[in-house]
Amino acid sequence: MMTNMVGALNSALDIILNENKNAVVFGEDVGKDGGVFRVTDGLQAKYSSERVFDTPLAESVILGASIGMAMSGMFPIPEIQFAGFMYMGFDQLINHAARYRSRSRGRFTVPMIVRTPVSGGVRTLEHHSDSPEVYYSHVGGLVVVEPSNPYDAKGLMIRASHMQDPVIFLEPTKLYRLFKQEVPEESYEVEIGKANVVKEGQKLSIITYGTMVPVVKEVVEKKAIDAEIIDLRTINPLDEETILNSVKKTGRAMIVHEAQLSFGAGAEIAARIAEKAIFELDAPVMRVASDSLPYPFPGYENFYIPNAIKVSKAIDKMMSQ
Amino acid sequence: MDENGVVDQELFPKELTDQKLVDMLSYMLFTRALDAKMLSLQRQGRAATYAPSIGEEATQIGSALAMNQGDLFVPNFRQHGVYLARGMPLDVLFLYWKGYEEGGAIPKEVGGFPYIVPVASQLPHGAGIALAQKYLKTGKAVVAYVGDGGTSEGNFYETMNFAGVMAIPLVIIIENNQWAISVPRSSQSAAQTLAQKGIAAGIKVLQVDGNDVIAVYKAVHEAINDAVNNVPSVLECVTYRMSMHTTADDPTKYRDPAEVEIWKKRDPIDRLRKLLVAKGVWDDKKEADAAEEFKKRIDDGVEKAEKFVPNPESMFTNVYSYMPQVLQEELDEAKASGFYMKQEGEG
Ligand SMILES: Cc1ncc(C[n+]2csc(CCOP(=O)(O)OP(=O)(O)O)c2C)c(N)n1
Ligand SMILES: [Mg+2]
Repeated sequence: MMTNMVGALNSALDIILNENKNAVVFGEDVGKDGGVFRVTDGLQAKYSSERVFDTPLAESVILGASIGMAMSGMFPIPEIQFAGFMYMGFDQLINHAARYRSRSRGRFTVPMIVRTPVSGGVRTLEHHSDSPEVYYSHVGGLVVVEPSNPYDAKGLMIRASHMQDPVIFLEPTKLYRLFKQEVPEESYEVEIGKANVVKEGQKLSIITYGTMVPVVKEVVEKKAIDAEIIDLRTINPLDEETILNSVKKTGRAMIVHEAQLSFGAGAEIAARIAEKAIFELDAPVMRVASDSLPYPFPGYENFYIPNAIKVSKAIDKMMSQ
Repeated sequence: MDENGVVDQELFPKELTDQKLVDMLSYMLFTRALDAKMLSLQRQGRAATYAPSIGEEATQIGSALAMNQGDLFVPNFRQHGVYLARGMPLDVLFLYWKGYEEGGAIPKEVGGFPYIVPVASQLPHGAGIALAQKYLKTGKAVVAYVGDGGTSEGNFYETMNFAGVMAIPLVIIIENNQWAISVPRSSQSAAQTLAQKGIAAGIKVLQVDGNDVIAVYKAVHEAINDAVNNVPSVLECVTYRMSMHTTADDPTKYRDPAEVEIWKKRDPIDRLRKLLVAKGVWDDKKEADAAEEFKKRIDDGVEKAEKFVPNPESMFTNVYSYMPQVLQEELDEAKASGFYMKQEGEG
């Protein structure tokens, strides 16, 4: 079927609810309204309000109760309406979802998928555009996934539903309806923990994910540069092998993400490259990211999010070294 | 005051002069005119997502006018009427909804804090602001607003409990408009009233008709008098969201239009208008003159806001009290590249 990311995710949830009778989908406005982005549209009508339901407006109990359900034989798929509101339940994710397995030496596990829209570029009010992937990656114990296209979105979500881990599933708002793609109707998996080499190349490795994937693709195409593009898809745990193999081949590494520069995923990736492949580099590693400040109000966002011009300038600089 | 604008004389607050009642109606009409303008600007792409307050004017204006000079308020994202009644310059308000942080630079005399989006997260600030009034002996009260949905958040319960223990001059107003986006009040809480949530916290509680501006005024006035004597309270104003949640929302997906019709008959503006017409202090001519004046003030505000030229450097210079070297470098690089905007003549 030809579908956008919203359709692909809806189809994945449909398959999961159908396959796993203990799976439930819930959150704020996910029922009748079908979610503010319509990702859960039609699911309540199909699966009943016992399996697809609205909760009170309270993120901490949504996430904390998810943990309880997950430890008791259910498979919860909570939706947090926007990533900026997930901080209300941050305690539950960092202190508990990330730790139950280790604190009980595997006796208790927290299989669940926490879905939330991330990143900006769509002119929304404050707190609707955060890119929080590193907050969840840093603690350890949470799998952090972020698709950049409909095919990966569906496959990653179905894969997550077959795992025994708490998966933070970040859905870039800007990509929800940006483009359509041929996506299988039936169930399939996309491996979690494995980056995708979107385009092979010899001269430069660009490591990216989420909203920046289409931007990087566009620039590379326009410049007709022989760059390798890697879409991480899973941010934590990192697929270091794919990154290092590529960088060793091309001798140049650039990391592009929408989240802030300082202490971002780019820093982690650059450090690993420095530790394990520095003598194979022809130029210093470069990072392209948003500036090191909180996501601005919508009137300023175009000055903030890395765009094609910024990526293009960075590539010019890197290739001149 | 009932739906026909008939007042219970025994309960009527004597300090409410005819002039004050006319002010109330004027601000309510002003708020509705502002909403109409914002919705139109938003449709034309001249404003970001907007949360209209249509139907909730009595709760907002009644409470705002009950505040004393110097009292402070902490809104969520919907209390446009409170800002108006407290003298917020319209161009500043428009800047917020056009998507600029400059809209948060609220003049001190307004006594208000910026719009807050994460539901109920503003309430703990209200508690702290109130504690500061007590500590600094300013004699001022703090009014903090939250929606019906917001009363499900931990921040709501924590704030009430804190207020009770600390005995701070805080009034929490629950603007219960019956909906939290698509979730009706009945699915938000099994409690019979939202006000009663305050009983367990040991603070004063009251539920009022939030579409009766006189009742709201009276209740808030009394709550503020208690607050400055260090008796905090929570006040549930029962009102109705007559329009969409925000401009990004489509209520036909989840709400029976018949329900809206019922509440239209309880329109807070119609009610007060009936009273003032009966009193002989309001008529069509006065209403037309008022509309004219609001239009002018709103248009002036929009014009001023639309002349605003965003300065991206302000993103960098307002993050810390000083400029860290690493951020300065990011700024220099961005400036040298024209903030990566397309230049004239570039493809
Ligand atoms: C913590 C948090 N969760 C979710 C949201 C998204 N959201 C914005 S408004 C809203 C409903 C709020 O309902 P209510 O408190 O009744 O206020 P109303 O919008 O009706 O004025 C939701 C869920 C948010 N802004 N903050
Ligand atoms: Mg509400």
